Amino acid sequence: MSTKKSVKKVKKPAAKTGAKKTLKNAPKKAVKKSVKKTGVAAAAKRAASKSAKAQPVASAADFMAHAYAMEAEAAERYAEFADSMEMHNNLEVAELFRKLSRIEQRHADQILEQMGWKQSPVSAANVRWEGMEGPETADPTELHYLMQPYHALQIALHNEKRARDFFAHLAKVTKDAGVRAGALEMEEDEAEHVHLIEEWLARTPKPDANWEADQDPPVLSD
Amino acid sequence: MNSAVVATPLKAQAFKSDYKPIWCPGCGDYSVLSSFTKAFANLELRPENVAVVSGIGCSSRIPAYTSCYGFHGVHGRSLAAAAGLKLARPDLTVVVASGDGDGYSIGGNHFLHACRRNVDLTYVVMDNHVYGMTKGQPSPTTEPDWDSKLSPGGTGLRTFNPLVIALAAGANFVARAFAGDPNGTADLIAEAIRTPGFSFVEILSPCITFRPEQREWKQLVRPSPVTYTADAAQAARRLMTDDGLNIGVLYKGDRPPYQPPVGKGKKRPSDLEVEFAL
Repeated sequence: MSTKKSVKKVKKPAAKTGAKKTLKNAPKKAVKKSVKKTGVAAAAKRAASKSAKAQPVASAADFMAHAYAMEAEAAERYAEFADSMEMHNNLEVAELFRKLSRIEQRHADQILEQMGWKQSPVSAANVRWEGMEGPETADPTELHYLMQPYHALQIALHNEKRARDFFAHLAKVTKDAGVRAGALEMEEDEAEHVHLIEEWLARTPKPDANWEADQDPPVLSD
Repeated sequence: MNSAVVATPLKAQAFKSDYKPIWCPGCGDYSVLSSFTKAFANLELRPENVAVVSGIGCSSRIPAYTSCYGFHGVHGRSLAAAAGLKLARPDLTVVVASGDGDGYSIGGNHFLHACRRNVDLTYVVMDNHVYGMTKGQPSPTTEPDWDSKLSPGGTGLRTFNPLVIALAAGANFVARAFAGDPNGTADLIAEAIRTPGFSFVEILSPCITFRPEQREWKQLVRPSPVTYTADAAQAARRLMTDDGLNIGVLYKGDRPPYQPPVGKGKKRPSDLEVEFAL
C-alpha cells in the first residue's frame, strides 16, 4: 500500500477554493476556529454541471458555495472510508475516519450558518474543480484494509497540506486584494491544522514494519 | 383536495441504499458508485424511475448499493436482461453495470449485439484489467505480459479493445472515464443517459488488491485533446493512436434507438402464460 509514501506527494495546487475548518474534535489538544465572516472572494470554480471546464466565481456568496462543496465533498469521502473500514472490521480506523468526516461536515454546516442558508445554492455534486477532485478530498487508493490510525492521520495531514498550499498559491496569484487577504487568512488556518495533525501523529503509535502482514492474503503467493 | 405535488430534485445521497459496499478499501468502484448517484441527481431522476441491472463480479454489486430498482443477474447476461426491461418499460431509465470479465468475456457476445441493436440503454463497464472477485485471473483487457501467480509470464494474448468494438458494432455513444475523477465520470454517465440509443461508458477503475500498480492511473490519465466526433470513421482513426488513457466522449451518433414494432408485444403476462403453456 502506498499510504506511507502518499503524504509526501503534495502537488502544486490547482486553482480551488476552500473554507475555514475546525479541528475541535481532535483528541486532547483541540482547536476551534469557526468560519470567519471575511469578505472572501476568490478564484474558485463555478459549478458547471454540463462542462468539465471550471469557471472562476464572481462573488463572495458564490465563493462560499464552493467552499461548502469542498467541505462537503471531504466529509462525504471520509464517511465512505469509515464505512469501508467498518465493513472490513477495522473499527479503530473506521472511528477515526468517522471523526474526520464529522469535523469536515461541521465546517460545511458552519458555512451554511454563516451565510444564513438552509442549503447551499450550488449542489456539491455540481461543483467541478480544476483537478479531478477538491483540494481537501482524500484519495481512495491510499486505503488498505489493515491500515492503522497513523496511516489515516497521514492521509488527513496530506489533505490539510494540500489545502494550505492551495490557499498560499491563490494568495500569490490573485490580483484582488480582498481575495489575497482571505486566502492568506485561510492559509494560516490550514497551517494550524497541519500543525495540529502533526501533533496528533506524534502521539499516535507508529505501525510496525510488517503491519501489512496477513496470514491469509487475498493475493496468491508462494 | 386538489393539490399538485411538485417533486424536489434529490441529492446524490438519496440514490444510495442502506447497504454498505463490501469492495476492498481503495477500490475504484466506490467512486463509480458515487458517480452513478451524482449523475442521477444531476439529471433530476427519481429512484423509482431508474433500474440498475448487472451481471456478476465486483462491479456488478452496484445495484444493491443504490436505492433504485435493481437486478443482479446472471454472469455476462446483464445486457439481455436490461434490453428486455427497457423494451417492456420504456419509461424507465435503464443503466447497466458490468466489469471487464463479465462484460467483455462472458458477456462479449451480448455486448456486440447490444451495440448493434441500439436499444436505449447506458452500459457502464468498470474495467480493472483483472478478475478481482475470483482472485486475480487475467481478463480480456489484461496486458499480454502481466505476470502473476495465476498467469506466469503473462497470457501472451492480444487485449480486447472495448471502444473499438463498441464503435464497430454500432454503439451510439462511446466514452471513457476514470474512477478517480468521480465528478467528471458523473458528467459522462449523465451525458450517456441523455443520449438516445445504446451508450457505452468504459471506466478505468483501479483494482488496488490485484493490480496495485493501477494507482498510477491517476497520474497517467488525461482529458482527451479533442472533442467528440459524430463521424464514426474519424472516431475509429482516433482510436488507432489511442493509448487507453484519454478521458472523455469519443463518439456521439444520431442513430435512432431500436423501438419494438407498434401494436405487437403488448401482451399481458397472463396472455403469455396461455400462449406458452404446455
